[in-house]
Amino acid sequence: MTDPNSPRDPNPAHGSEPAHDPETAAGGHGDTGGTDPKPLLDVRDLRVSFPGKGWRAPRTEVLRGVSLDIRPGETLGLVGESGSGKSTIGRAVLGLVPASGGSISFDGERVDGASRRRRRELSRHIQVVFQDPYTSLNPSLLVGDTLAEPLLAHGVPAAEARTRVADLLDRVALPRDAVHRLPREFSGGQRQRVAIARALAIAPRLIVCDEPVSALDLTTQRTVMDLLLDIQERTGTAYLFVSHDLSVVRALSHRVAVIHQGQIVEYGGADRVTTDPEHPYTQRLLLSAPVADPGRQSERRAEYERRFHARAH
Amino acid sequence: MLSFILRRLGSGLLLLVVISALAYLLLSLPGTDVGRHVLGPAAPQQAVDAHNAELGLDRPVAVRYLDWLTSALQGDLGRSWFTSEDVSRALANRLPVTVSLMVGVTLVTAVVSFVLGVWAGVRRGAVDRVVQTVGVLGYALPGFLVTLVLVLVFAVRLGWFPAIGYTPLSQSPGGWLATVTLPVLSLSVAGIAGVSQQVRSSVIEVMGRDYVRTLRSRGLPASRVVFRHVLRSAATPGLTVLGMQFVGLLGGAVIVEQIFGLPGIGAMTVQYTTRGDIPVIMGVVMVTVVGVILTNLLVDVLVGWLNPKARVS
Amino acid sequence: MSSPVTPDAPGRAATQPEHRPEAAGPPGPGRRSATVRRFLTSPQALGSSLVLAAVVTLVVFAPLFTAHAPTTADLEDAFGPPGGGHLLGFDSSGRDVWSRLLYGGRNTLGGALLAVAVALAVGVPSGLAAGYYGGWFDSLSNWWVNLVMALPAMVVLLATRAVLGTDVWVLMIVLGVLVAPAFYRLVRGAVAAMRGELYVDAARVFGLRDSRIIARHVLVVVRAPVIIQGALVAGMAIGLQAGLEFLGIGSGDLPTWGAMLNEAFTNIQRAPLFMLWPGLALGLTSATLVLLAASLRDVLEDRGTAPATGRGARRGGADAPTTLDSAGERADLLSVRDLAVTYTLADGSSREVVHGVDLDVRRGEVLGLVGESGSGKTQTAFSVLGLLPEGGRVSRGSVLLDGTEVVGSTDRALRNLRGDTVAYVPQEPMSNLDPAFTIGDHLTEPLRVKLGLSRAQARERALDLLRQVEIPDPERTFRSHPHQISGGMAQRVLIAGAVSCDPDLLVADEPTTALDVTVQAEVLALLRRLQAERGMGVLLVTHNLGVVADLCDRVAVMRDGRIVETGTTERILSDPREDYTRGLLDAVLDDTPARAPWQPREAAQ
Repeated sequence: MTDPNSPRDPNPAHGSEPAHDPETAAGGHGDTGGTDPKPLLDVRDLRVSFPGKGWRAPRTEVLRGVSLDIRPGETLGLVGESGSGKSTIGRAVLGLVPASGGSISFDGERVDGASRRRRRELSRHIQVVFQDPYTSLNPSLLVGDTLAEPLLAHGVPAAEARTRVADLLDRVALPRDAVHRLPREFSGGQRQRVAIARALAIAPRLIVCDEPVSALDLTTQRTVMDLLLDIQERTGTAYLFVSHDLSVVRALSHRVAVIHQGQIVEYGGADRVTTDPEHPYTQRLLLSAPVADPGRQSERRAEYERRFHARAH
Repeated sequence: MLSFILRRLGSGLLLLVVISALAYLLLSLPGTDVGRHVLGPAAPQQAVDAHNAELGLDRPVAVRYLDWLTSALQGDLGRSWFTSEDVSRALANRLPVTVSLMVGVTLVTAVVSFVLGVWAGVRRGAVDRVVQTVGVLGYALPGFLVTLVLVLVFAVRLGWFPAIGYTPLSQSPGGWLATVTLPVLSLSVAGIAGVSQQVRSSVIEVMGRDYVRTLRSRGLPASRVVFRHVLRSAATPGLTVLGMQFVGLLGGAVIVEQIFGLPGIGAMTVQYTTRGDIPVIMGVVMVTVVGVILTNLLVDVLVGWLNPKARVS
Repeated sequence: MSSPVTPDAPGRAATQPEHRPEAAGPPGPGRRSATVRRFLTSPQALGSSLVLAAVVTLVVFAPLFTAHAPTTADLEDAFGPPGGGHLLGFDSSGRDVWSRLLYGGRNTLGGALLAVAVALAVGVPSGLAAGYYGGWFDSLSNWWVNLVMALPAMVVLLATRAVLGTDVWVLMIVLGVLVAPAFYRLVRGAVAAMRGELYVDAARVFGLRDSRIIARHVLVVVRAPVIIQGALVAGMAIGLQAGLEFLGIGSGDLPTWGAMLNEAFTNIQRAPLFMLWPGLALGLTSATLVLLAASLRDVLEDRGTAPATGRGARRGGADAPTTLDSAGERADLLSVRDLAVTYTLADGSSREVVHGVDLDVRRGEVLGLVGESGSGKTQTAFSVLGLLPEGGRVSRGSVLLDGTEVVGSTDRALRNLRGDTVAYVPQEPMSNLDPAFTIGDHLTEPLRVKLGLSRAQARERALDLLRQVEIPDPERTFRSHPHQISGGMAQRVLIAGAVSCDPDLLVADEPTTALDVTVQAEVLALLRRLQAERGMGVLLVTHNLGVVADLCDRVAVMRDGRIVETGTTERILSDPREDYTRGLLDAVLDDTPARAPWQPREAAQ
């Protein structure tokens, strides 16, 4: 299914989107966007491998040469299925897993292999929202303490931290008395708002969103997506938005990268990739997701069966 | 499986050597004048020195240890410094008493705990509360206190069993049973308390697992699900605790053999350690460690047989 | 059909928090005061700590409670009865029993305290380091711990005594080292489990130093279990120490409870009651410590009073409109009327989570039961199977399955229905297969028990089923254990198991939710084909309206334990009558336009 020879978007100048040509990006790192030549995050040929199971087992390559970039204030959607390595990209950018090859640059500076000290400084600029709002908040810390944590870590005085926490709660539309409560007193959507507020606390320039709405109910998912868009409008922070859901990514991202088995198979403007994909894997992803309309779904199903389901019966 | 057992035996042998070295060095630390101790304060200094030289105590500790180790690996554990008794033979004479005690205790503990644990875990309600209370009490009371109470009631007051002494099985099976019943009972109390609680809580945990519901949805009888599926998974932690109890039993045997005057390893330990008779103490330590290694191996093999996933690691 | 996500309406999200009052709960009082209150209202916790406090007071202030020295002996008083200021009489050497008891407690409790302190000092830091950093330190300390745990404490203590002498305090320090693995393992396990938690990753991303992460996140997690373990270890140390003294190993003439028991044991024939007081003191103290640990566990590790259903149980809102299926006659395959499900909570109160649901599934019909988490849809499905989780029960209503009433039936009657009348496909494929059995066992067991097939017949049938669910290598899968196959394969196996005894009704609870979208498409196709070939009725529980559109003939929309709306799939998805259904449809992203291309921020403004 994966064609290693054509992992890239063969038609970079699609529609009116800022032409992003991964061909040049992967190689010479030239013009990556029509108007801003300097990407905020620049990932080149990233490789990550984990030790194999058992003694002397070969290492498992999770990422096999991934290149992508994000411009200031931009959202890059990263779509893939479980085991594709999509979350690993985010974790590598955050410095939670080491890169075994390639480079990660933030604002022109190489950050892969940065010292722990430099990492802590970088955390002012790169933040994260994880998928599971139930395990990404320490169950035994009050919400207020959780929110103050990044502020205090970056030397904000306690009194100022308190006012900023109250302000953060306002921004994610949570009541101010939430500071005195434990995470378990909140619903999944509310917890995810706390996690978003925590990521916003020190005004980062990039937030890695690792499936932030996948664990939520449909209606809640929608309100959290709106919140993320709203924050981006107001603060100009960039998102690396990781998801398994093409429709979520489509609504939130300026550009979309599709990852399959550790490689990016398609990369381009959100509209083009999610409406008229070139790569067979992206097409399969698109046709696999059922639509909430019986008539159109039966067409989609027929199309899917025609193209992918070589039925044995 | 075979390679697993061999590997475990190999690491067990290593453990044996390390422990013996540590024990030997520690025991030799204070450098008691053994010759003086044996011959008494009145003996002339030459006689004392000669005696020490005869025991090889004039040589460096490391040399003595290596000497001891080479003969120990050939099954010769040396002679007691004080009674000149052959240590291997003395251990061989006393081992059957202690082993029969421990095996008896383990069988009683296993049967009673699994019955109680499953009963409480499946039935819940009043049965559960009774088993839990008994468990907490059995766990809370020091083992030798339980032993003393049993002796007071069944031997001194009711006179059903002899309070003291041991009849070998070969001499009179009935007499043997009479002399080991109280020791086995008193050693079993704590084990039953611990293991039944473990079995109970794992049964409850496994009963709540998804696959139990699915199995029942297939129309299988509840009893079959409990005995074929639930017990199999719930037995693993129970067995682990049982194995740990077995190790602890050696300690309990020390006191129980002393109270009942049983001629086992435990009583021997008390007798000889008070005098610092290194060859005997080393012998006891070796037997103990071998017993522990074999027990752990047996538990691991059983667990692997019950739970195929554990076999992989 | 649905409005686009609105990047141009910054106010919207900020002014619309989700209204989920059920999850917010009352404004939280301080955690600490809540813990103290729970402690004070637990009779066991309060009682055991009071007893313990009394014992400690008596022992620490022993001189205030007795006028006699514990070592003054007068053989004339030997075995003397209580009286004349001698509260408990005299022992075999004519010493005052009451004062020996009090002074003896000093040594016993003090020794135990020392052992626990040493064990904490050794076990907790090493456990933290090993669990948090892993690596060589972890390997080394694990090896060391296994070594220490391989030695019976009693034997080591006896050997130690031979070397280091009879000083009780030295022995207690050694004991502390010997029991340190109890803390080490506990802390290491908790920390290692926590190291993978997202909130620790988050703390790292926020630029926290390791020391701060350990102090803020890790210590909080291990605090309660360490306190509990501390009480247990103290009890154990008291027992071991008394045991040593009982053997006459302790320092000679110091009064201790163990030594008193030893003396009592030597006089067991003459004065059996000598055992009473030291035995009582020892038993009471140890038992109180264990009881205190047990109640501390309840108090400190309180996980809230969530019902067994977790997030499933919610309090209902206002009365919903009448449900639509209630009119007319009942369907022949499955007919649910006025079904209510109630859970008994941990505190003894009960909560109704499904409030009078009506449903019908006709033969060969696929009904979608749609709702968000906590709507009660899964509880309804479990009621149909008669398999509600512990604590849950059908509190009212009727469930007719192929003409047989499920509510109030015996387990035997239900067992006859399950498998061949009604079958179940669960959500999580992996957790629904018993890891100890092969796929073959899973498939053949019901065939042999339900249909009475022979081993060979069941095997043939099972292999055939695996072929029917399009598993590539049936022979090999048959022999595999669940952990050896993928999630998609496991779900196919579960579907094969569900249809193995030819059921009339399939209850499928979110059968594709845990799967990747490409696998979901395959499993949906499989379900569709099996349903058509066998003419099964299906009750499909799902939150995914796309899945509904793909498979279902009719839809029932559920919210807060009630059916909001029922109708054909066509009608519900194109022309919903209820606001709630419309809201659900609006949240579907199918027709949301893709986001416009990125513009530099300056240019956009």
